[in-house]
Amino acid sequence: MDLFSEYGSAILEAFGLTLRLAVFSGVFSLLLGAVLAVFRVSPVPVLRWVGSAVVYTFRNTPLTLVMFFALFGLFYQLKLGANQDDPLNEQNFQLAVLALSIYTSTFVCEVLRSGINTVPLGQAEAARAIGLTFSQNLRLVVLPQALRSVLNPLASVMIAMIKNTTVAVTIGVVTATGVNEASGQMRTMMENEADQIVLIFIIFSIGFMIMTLPVGFLAGWASKKFAVIR
Amino acid sequence: MVLDHVDKHYGDLHVLQDINLEIKRGEVVVVIGPSGSGKSTLCRAINRLETIDSGTIKLDGKELPAEGKGLAKLRAEVGMVFQSFNLFAHKTILQNVTLGPMKVRKLKKAEAEAEAKKLLDRVGVGVQASKYPAQLSGGQQQRVAIARALAMRPQVMLFDEPTSALDPEMVQEVLDVMVSLAKEGMTMIVVTHEMGFARKAADRVVFMADGQIIESNTPSEFFDNPQSDRAKDFLGKILKH
Repeated sequence: MDLFSEYGSAILEAFGLTLRLAVFSGVFSLLLGAVLAVFRVSPVPVLRWVGSAVVYTFRNTPLTLVMFFALFGLFYQLKLGANQDDPLNEQNFQLAVLALSIYTSTFVCEVLRSGINTVPLGQAEAARAIGLTFSQNLRLVVLPQALRSVLNPLASVMIAMIKNTTVAVTIGVVTATGVNEASGQMRTMMENEADQIVLIFIIFSIGFMIMTLPVGFLAGWASKKFAVIR
Repeated sequence: MVLDHVDKHYGDLHVLQDINLEIKRGEVVVVIGPSGSGKSTLCRAINRLETIDSGTIKLDGKELPAEGKGLAKLRAEVGMVFQSFNLFAHKTILQNVTLGPMKVRKLKKAEAEAEAKKLLDRVGVGVQASKYPAQLSGGQQQRVAIARALAMRPQVMLFDEPTSALDPEMVQEVLDVMVSLAKEGMTMIVVTHEMGFARKAADRVVFMADGQIIESNTPSEFFDNPQSDRAKDFLGKILKH
């Protein structure tokens, strides 16, 4: 139990950072994913084209590449980013959230789009017939039903996203006190405590499961509770 | 409501051929004809759920806008009842009826609900207001669909085979609502196979076949004294048994 007395607070801090990455990326990817899905089903060809281009680009690029590009491309080369004097801490956190959000949003988009396809055409026609505009139709009739039918696959995307936060180690995301996110902290501990590697693996696996399992359970419960009966 | 030289093709199929039709305020027009004759397409074209290739459709002297906000506004003036009801599956009966008035007519929630409850009572499903569509029978769902359309205070009501998807014992309850609407002077275009309804409530029967209007006459004239061979043949087939 020396491991806990020595690293306990650092482990908590590391998972706290991972959780922050996941929550921000979750919110942004859901929002951006919904926007992309709307683009992809919109009657305007330009929007459909933009939606498809974003999805095809980022869904088919490794997350590590996207993450690297955010740091080395956007930040160092193109000098985009609010705080050029503080390359670590907040700056890298924001870049990681940006990369993770865009990457995950393409999966959210495709899940939502398959949900839209489960909504019978008659629902949208009825909505048009009472005079709803295209955006009202999507917001009030089609998307709410689409979302309800894809809660489980959406949870899978969110779980994958939580695990993908580990990729942030490649660009070094750290807290103000210099603690890495969970996978970075795990690497540090494995380097320092080489004789307890199995235990370290177990600790971090459990840590991730504490974050991911509730997402799956919540989605399972919600998809039953809000199921649309036809 | 005036349709002038309306044409529509599905690929090679000429589903609407030079349709000319004028419906006066308060008139009840029943459209009958064999399947595939274009009558449903005609009904949907009036609400622009289907586009037309050429010709014009005018409501109150104004041509139907092609798209956008203007079209949404026009659709609010034209109530539509579908064969498969199409109630919003994720909303309660009451929410189904209040959605349009709140979002399109911009009524306050309380106002919209009071109006919706009156309409639901009128079609005889007031007690079901808090249920979801799937919990209602087909006949009840269709009556809710009529209430939903009426909540927009439309100038015209379109019925696209409203009883075709219903069990036989539920047809009458829907037809009763439609007959009472007709008596109150609602302008109605009804695509149906219910000849009894046509005789009872229609001011005019329009007979369509192969995308054309073959005959247009009063119900008694049409049923008792059809002019065209096509209509005679059709009536002979459906009225014999």
